[in-house]
Amino acid sequence: MASPQPDQTRRAAILGGNRIPFARQFGPYAQASNQDMLTAAIEGLVARYNLGGQRLGEVVAGAVIKHSRDFNLTRESVLGSSLDPHTPAYDIQQACGTGLEAAILVSNKIKLGQAESGIAGGVDTSSDAPITVSEKLRTKLLKVNRAKGAGAQLKALGAIRPTDLGIETPANSEPRTGLSMGEHMAQTAKRWGITREAQDELAVASHRGLARSYDEGFQDDLVTSFKGLARDQNLRPDSSMEKLAKLKPAFGKGDDATMTAGNSTPLTDGASVVLLGSEEYAAEHGLTVQAYFVDGETAAVDYVHGEEGLLMAPAYAVPRLLARNGLTLQDFDYYEIHEAFAATVLSTLKAWEDEDFCKDKLGLDAPLGSIDRDKLNVNGSSLAAGHPFAATGGRIVAALAKMLHEKGPGSRGLISICAAGGQGVVAILEGA
Amino acid sequence: MAFDYGKFVSGGLGKQLATTLGLPRPTTLRRHTAGAKLINGAVLVGGHGDTPVADRVKTLLADAGVQVATQASTSVAGVVVDMTSVESPADLETLRAIVAPALKTLAPTGRIIVIGRPVEDAATVAQAAARRALEGIVRSIGKEMRGGGTANTVLVAEGADDAVDATVRFLLSGRSAYVSGQVVTVGKPVGSVEAPTDWDKPLAGKVAVVTGAARGIGASIADVLARDGATVVCVDIPAAGGPLAEVANRIGGSALQVDVTAEDAGAKIAEHARARHGGFDIVVHNAGITRDKLLANMDADRWASVLDVNLSSILAMNETLIPAINDGGHVVNVASIAGIAGNRGQTNYGASKAGVIGMTSALAEEVRAKGVTVNAVAPGFIETEMTDKVPFATREAGRLMNSLNQGGKPVDVAETIGWFSWDANRGVTGNTVRVCGQMLLGA
Repeated sequence: MASPQPDQTRRAAILGGNRIPFARQFGPYAQASNQDMLTAAIEGLVARYNLGGQRLGEVVAGAVIKHSRDFNLTRESVLGSSLDPHTPAYDIQQACGTGLEAAILVSNKIKLGQAESGIAGGVDTSSDAPITVSEKLRTKLLKVNRAKGAGAQLKALGAIRPTDLGIETPANSEPRTGLSMGEHMAQTAKRWGITREAQDELAVASHRGLARSYDEGFQDDLVTSFKGLARDQNLRPDSSMEKLAKLKPAFGKGDDATMTAGNSTPLTDGASVVLLGSEEYAAEHGLTVQAYFVDGETAAVDYVHGEEGLLMAPAYAVPRLLARNGLTLQDFDYYEIHEAFAATVLSTLKAWEDEDFCKDKLGLDAPLGSIDRDKLNVNGSSLAAGHPFAATGGRIVAALAKMLHEKGPGSRGLISICAAGGQGVVAILEGA
Repeated sequence: MAFDYGKFVSGGLGKQLATTLGLPRPTTLRRHTAGAKLINGAVLVGGHGDTPVADRVKTLLADAGVQVATQASTSVAGVVVDMTSVESPADLETLRAIVAPALKTLAPTGRIIVIGRPVEDAATVAQAAARRALEGIVRSIGKEMRGGGTANTVLVAEGADDAVDATVRFLLSGRSAYVSGQVVTVGKPVGSVEAPTDWDKPLAGKVAVVTGAARGIGASIADVLARDGATVVCVDIPAAGGPLAEVANRIGGSALQVDVTAEDAGAKIAEHARARHGGFDIVVHNAGITRDKLLANMDADRWASVLDVNLSSILAMNETLIPAINDGGHVVNVASIAGIAGNRGQTNYGASKAGVIGMTSALAEEVRAKGVTVNAVAPGFIETEMTDKVPFATREAGRLMNSLNQGGKPVDVAETIGWFSWDANRGVTGNTVRVCGQMLLGA
């Protein structure tokens, strides 16, 4: 299979990012809509990079939990921002992979010369959630709406029965299995023998890493306060193994259940955006290239028939990405593996170390091997920051790009994000 | 909403009550807006003996389309008296003879500007006495003026007459609404005095850095500098990032989240300004905090944090910012009336703000060779979110303890900072000018 030559394209640069601090569900952002939060994230980016009145190539973002009125969420947010209103925008949605997928799309356009600059991002609210009525009620209400004349409408209304009444809010569960994401993860954790202790250790490291990064000022040019919140609300700098050990299991059944509220991400609200551009655009606007968006890959697994765990798709995406770029798993300075649950990260790492998995499932001669854990989620990840689904990708891309820039040219970072529907989005960044 | 005495007595029952009881009724001050006329009326120009500055002022007024009056009348909105040639106290009669009749007919929000020479340069003791007497006269006029009028003294050093225009324009205009009873010293310019192409955009093409820009006076400074043509780098602590972004986007500037006490704050600001805007011409050190306690109860933390943020951080940042600022630039520090008069419960704050005043004059001399001016503004009672929280009696006392019978607005402080930043104003350096409506404290 012939691939186009790399010299037919140019490099896509990551120039910076911005997010609002992530808030817990029904916290300070309880009254904020997705549009409010995405606009705030864009406004912070505009202020930081002096983008006011500029026409960018495009803005691509999305939300997982979305009101039907928000069909043009990103474009509406652009119109509410200080960007030139002639900046086009579109929405995408790939569950928790939305933010990273948006960055892949924008960087691809830049690489192809179809855009000079763009913003990729995502937003999610678990507080300002859309409510739908039961399917029976919805059908009958549509009939009422169609009916001509008061009489016909009354007749149609009369068809509604008390049993039709029902309100549904979005649930964090898989439509095809009826299982929550946590229950799915619990199965995978069991399959890979991930211990409670290992999960709690990862959670503590996440909180400490993020807390340290705030204290060191690392987040100063990545986060812009919103509604009085200046740091992620979920962050617990004093998190410890002792405290986490006291929590009761939240997912899985029986005595050997390991997943708790402490080593799983809570429902959160937030938004993030990343500024990408060509090197020419960066030079023209006095912006520093922090990193290059090298490549991205997506994968999906058949979790419905039990063939693979729901959140294991990145385990498949990464080896394909490595092969295409002629790299090994050990060729990275930083690894950003999204902590949907501590067990997600640990199962993925264990799978890559497992000879049978790598041979049978990935078709490799040898396991990908292990990674230096000191390079993993150095400045914390979703367990500490929280995980407003579509906003996680932007958070990771912006932070990793900054870390790689500080590390120096040629440094490399790997991003791995699992997503509902058995999907995974992964990417490679290179420091500039 | 807090009770506002000024609004209460401006109409209806409040107005009747105030008039009957003889209570003060503050006038709405004339404030500058983009494109506004220099002054709404004619300006009476006179003086004693040789009047080199008055002659300049007449040209300046003609340029600005303002009529020059020869005698007092109701159409006169300002009076400029050139007393640079006074020899002895007897010569002061000229000032009385010009200003006394004018005060009877001066239009509301009128302006009295008296021009003199620095006392220390006087040739004789009698001349020194006469020169210093001007200040006493003008400060008293300020207290006698009604209708939101102001009176200020401008001391012009011999040979610095061509640098006076900026100050005369500032004091006549609505930009100096809350500046009264002040003495501005115009000395030998630090560089060429450059009149702007458009006096309505005196900062066109300039890049300004404003610390503490997220809210209050800082946000107003950013607004005014941008209105007058500057590109503004808005700096504030990360926790104020949201409001900071709002200010930056409102004025088309950029936001930089950095704590001014951070070791690399100066370097970060300089690098941001260099990379994004090709350098910077103006720095406004506005960031400041209060941690009030009577000295008897003051702990080391309160003491240190206020001195760190309000004073030491400026000294530290200037290590980087002064070498980096464009030649011919302007540094403006925000001091406070508390640094002049002191304030109960504010030994730490008073220390920091008095320190700022000391630093201002010393630094002004140090950077003269670079063509950079350094000045300070000392705000009095300025209406901000902070003063809204002050108890009623204290707040009203603060509002009324000045010649204009009202608190100032953040924009008043900002306008004075803007004037310090003009390239036309290179004769004013090492000055601390109070924006206090001639407050009684420390006067």
